Amino acid sequence: MKFSEQWLREWVDPDIDRERLCEQLTMAGLEVDAVEPVAPSFSGVVVGEIVSAERHPDADKLQICRVDVAQPEPLSIVCGAANARAGIKVPVALVGAVLPGDFKIKEARLRGVLSAGMLCSARELGLAEEADGLLELPDDAEPGRDLRDYLRLDDVTIELGLTPNRGDCLSVMGVAREVAAINDLPLRIPPTEPVAATDDTGLPVRIVAGEACPRYVGRVIRNIDPAARTPVWMEERLRRSGVRPLGAVVDVTNYVMLELGQPMHAFDLDKLNGEIQVRRARAGEALRLLDGQQVALREGSLVIADEEAPVALAGIMGGAGSAVGEETRNIFLESAFFTPEAMAGQARSYGLHTDSSHRFERGVDPALQERAIERATTLLLAIAGGDPGPVTEVSLSRYLPRAPHVPLREARISRLLGSEFSAGEVTGILSKLGMTIEPDEKGWKVVPPSYRFDIAIEADLIEELARIRGYDRLPGIRPEGRLAMQPCPESRLPLEALRRLLTARGYQEVITYSFVDPALEKLLNPEQEPLALANPIASDMAVMRTTLWSGLLPVVAYNLNRQHARVRVFETGLRFVPSAEGVRQEKVLAGAICGLAEPEQWAETAREVDFFDLKGDVEALLAPLPLHFRRAEHPALHPGQSARIHLREEPVGWLGLLHPSIEQRLELSRPVMLFELRLNGVLERPVPRFREFSRYPAIRRDLAIIVDEAVEAEAVLSCIRESAGELLQDICLFDVYQGKGIDPGRKSLALGLTLQHYSRTLEDREVDDLIHRVVDAIEQRLGGTLRD
Amino acid sequence: MLVRAETVQGKNRVDELDALVTRAEQEIAAATGLAALEQLRVAYLGKKGVLTAQMKRLGSLPPEERPAAGQAINQAKRRVMAALEKRRELLERERLQARLASETVDVTLPGRGQGSGGIHPVTRTLRRIERLFAGIGFEVAEGPEIEDDYHNFEALNIPESHPARAMHDTFYFPDGRVLRTHTSPVQIRVMEQRRPPLRIIAPGRVYRCDSDLTHTPMFHQVEGFMVDERVSFAELKGVLDDFLRNFFEQDLKVRFRPSYFPFTEPSAEADIQCVMCAGEGCRVCSHTGWLEVLGCGMIHPNVFASAGVDSERFTGFAFGMGVERLAMLRYGVSDLRLFFENDLRFLRQFN
Repeated sequence: MKFSEQWLREWVDPDIDRERLCEQLTMAGLEVDAVEPVAPSFSGVVVGEIVSAERHPDADKLQICRVDVAQPEPLSIVCGAANARAGIKVPVALVGAVLPGDFKIKEARLRGVLSAGMLCSARELGLAEEADGLLELPDDAEPGRDLRDYLRLDDVTIELGLTPNRGDCLSVMGVAREVAAINDLPLRIPPTEPVAATDDTGLPVRIVAGEACPRYVGRVIRNIDPAARTPVWMEERLRRSGVRPLGAVVDVTNYVMLELGQPMHAFDLDKLNGEIQVRRARAGEALRLLDGQQVALREGSLVIADEEAPVALAGIMGGAGSAVGEETRNIFLESAFFTPEAMAGQARSYGLHTDSSHRFERGVDPALQERAIERATTLLLAIAGGDPGPVTEVSLSRYLPRAPHVPLREARISRLLGSEFSAGEVTGILSKLGMTIEPDEKGWKVVPPSYRFDIAIEADLIEELARIRGYDRLPGIRPEGRLAMQPCPESRLPLEALRRLLTARGYQEVITYSFVDPALEKLLNPEQEPLALANPIASDMAVMRTTLWSGLLPVVAYNLNRQHARVRVFETGLRFVPSAEGVRQEKVLAGAICGLAEPEQWAETAREVDFFDLKGDVEALLAPLPLHFRRAEHPALHPGQSARIHLREEPVGWLGLLHPSIEQRLELSRPVMLFELRLNGVLERPVPRFREFSRYPAIRRDLAIIVDEAVEAEAVLSCIRESAGELLQDICLFDVYQGKGIDPGRKSLALGLTLQHYSRTLEDREVDDLIHRVVDAIEQRLGGTLRD
Repeated sequence: MLVRAETVQGKNRVDELDALVTRAEQEIAAATGLAALEQLRVAYLGKKGVLTAQMKRLGSLPPEERPAAGQAINQAKRRVMAALEKRRELLERERLQARLASETVDVTLPGRGQGSGGIHPVTRTLRRIERLFAGIGFEVAEGPEIEDDYHNFEALNIPESHPARAMHDTFYFPDGRVLRTHTSPVQIRVMEQRRPPLRIIAPGRVYRCDSDLTHTPMFHQVEGFMVDERVSFAELKGVLDDFLRNFFEQDLKVRFRPSYFPFTEPSAEADIQCVMCAGEGCRVCSHTGWLEVLGCGMIHPNVFASAGVDSERFTGFAFGMGVERLAMLRYGVSDLRLFFENDLRFLRQFN
């Protein structure tokens, strides 16, 4: 909502400056978004009257004008505008004037003729985007008068960012009502007298869809002057409100909308066929709108129709066929009330949004229609003449909004606001806002004015009290409460701990969008159809990720392409896995690493990351949970370097090397290792429980075992664990060797066993026995042998 | 004469011992290593050492001479031992010093190891917000990001036709569910499960179908609410005022002005004095001196009704804030989109 400060002050003029006025509006909930001067700065421009205009002897398109600017002699100014002619009054930039854009006016010779200034168009003065010819000023403009002063250009456009509940402030009158209430001033309402009919032509109106349009007011005006021009004052007000002047009739309807808040429409009477109907659109009906687009009407859309066809999309936009044009002499004015419920979402459903629909959706005062049509008639007759017919009003009172009776309990005010309001303050504020108040046993019964659609319950009234007193004049206190300690389950590891662990290991946390590229998803997880958005914002953000890898890999690629050879990133968040029971929204932790295992440094040999670097990180994340890493294939991972992670028996995640073919598809410059862990379950960690430990010496025995290379280390380790029994405290696998001295297809594992008895020192004999048992078991179960 | 001869013999023995000790002391002083020193110790004091031999010969002396001779030998031994000990200390000190000198490193060489990463600035900001609210007893709650229409809109008093829906630019799924447009649905989900008193904050990702210089289609919010038998607008102001000053660690001016949200009544927006220009007016605050940082209000009775909470008995406030906006203001980040580009040059600045 944009309006001119001058216009507002005509209705209510508090004794405060502009800055304070804007602050008041903002603090009353009508947020001022912008304050702009109505014209750029210029100087030295005065009103001038063209006394004579003669053809330039040496140029077809130029004229030499003699212009009276109330100086002893008229000025001689060369002008190229087509409308320059004797008798009109126009802006004159005198020699020495500075126009917008710091354009200085000097005496100049144009094709040999001296020109002492410049005649200006509205565009040259920054008053319009475009103009055809000189700005013609009204006859009452006195030559010599400063133009800024004459047009009252020392004004600003105030733009409000109104919240959708305040449809009542979508007019100068609405804003003025608020300013009057805040400053406790009366509203200076310009009078609107009924205009007596001088013609008996009327157009019958029939409301079929009464629930959507409980009131329709219309009037025929005949014989208007189609050539009539909108006066400068009205054009200026429209312009300062951000509305482009379009011709007298439309300008008047727009002006009334801005002034009172009633959207109006004017039809060309001669293009209507018979009575006006307010009805629902029928199947197959279509309408060409004012903006030229042809719309197929949905059955049930509210339309204004004549006896033949729809002529307007009710409350949204008129039709092109019945629009007022340059030839129009006879019009039919519409001033209707369409209910917010009927209008909600209608414009948007046709891809439209108009000043009219904006207002009707938010609520137009249902008591305003007649006043608006009288106001429009008055203005139009003054501009374009014509013979007004009688006002036709159809009201269906059963469908008109009924003002609610809202109870307001005194006790509830302080309960909600934490501040006392005296009875005098309550009734004072509410009556200033146009509400009717009646006391009752607990407080009051309040009836809001017809233009307030946002007052329905007690809390709405309490907000009004707070708003008018001022939120800054309500107290702020620190809450007091019962000090209940929050449960703090020790067995639940905070996600924060995992984040800290990863960052300590050189990982950088990232946050990627939850919607990802479907092509990448398909590559990483071809068996899982991801959930697609109905209205994605971009084709590469169209499906919900089923794995965080589809967000992490692009991050790795992005950074590899920016000279980071070593990337270690992780993310936590939801993945969205469609399943038979619906979409599972699972919280996961995922990471990706590539490049050197450690930052390049002088004291370590540089080495690229491998599977076991990542596995070490995953193990550190999950220790001391009983984990198993099982070889398994995943479409995104290298089949020989991928493992499913099991917690006890339950799978909780994956780790491995990105499949080389995907690496190539994504044009990654190096191999990437990936992991993903489901967080549900893995954050549960046992609370430590003390166990007595042995204080007797431990013995370490080292073994080198040769097995087939296909035998997994885990098999060897569990074989040892099972055969060694309870003396075994720890196994350390400290070397894996293949090569010279070992048969091809076999490998040697070097293991250190730590043995200890709980209550005594071990004897050599029992240690030897144990080692024999272990070696036997390895031989029998795994075909392993002791290395010589 | 005999006695005298004996005395002379005794004197000779003393001289002899003196010479022996002197020679030993010279040899010890000349010893250049602990091994050589050990050899000298053995040569003089060892089982077959010179002084040990003297001691052994004591038995062959007449009994009356033995005490004096024994005393002299012992004294000589002590002198040699002292010399040995002194020399050993010196040599050991020298050896340690030589070792220390040889083990000197260039302490200015870089340390070895992994180097550490860091958390995302949004996480950092969320943690900060959570900690501040935890300090006054707020718990953290979470909710799903794919929401049903009921929890995202209906239950929050935003019916189908409400103009406020248009402000939400919602992402839809074909089945009618949505990506939550705010964290407010958590309010409903918590109140459906638990009874007041409640002090909750709900951080998380939210989604709006909007992307330009100042909007990303995904961002983070923290929803917070407090419900009890006597919670008023005054507490709302108190808590948020406290929060904003502590978050920015500045004695900021905070102002509340009326606004509109379907799920609160009265509703307010909180502005802080611009942290970039201290309220003087700059580009960041559009020359107003104020920055809008959060929306809040008293929970609407219809919302309480949706969640089955008796709004006659309980009142409460709720608030919602944009995490990226707070992070931008706190850390001076100029472009919202940086948060989701995940450029390491950006992220590492928060480590």
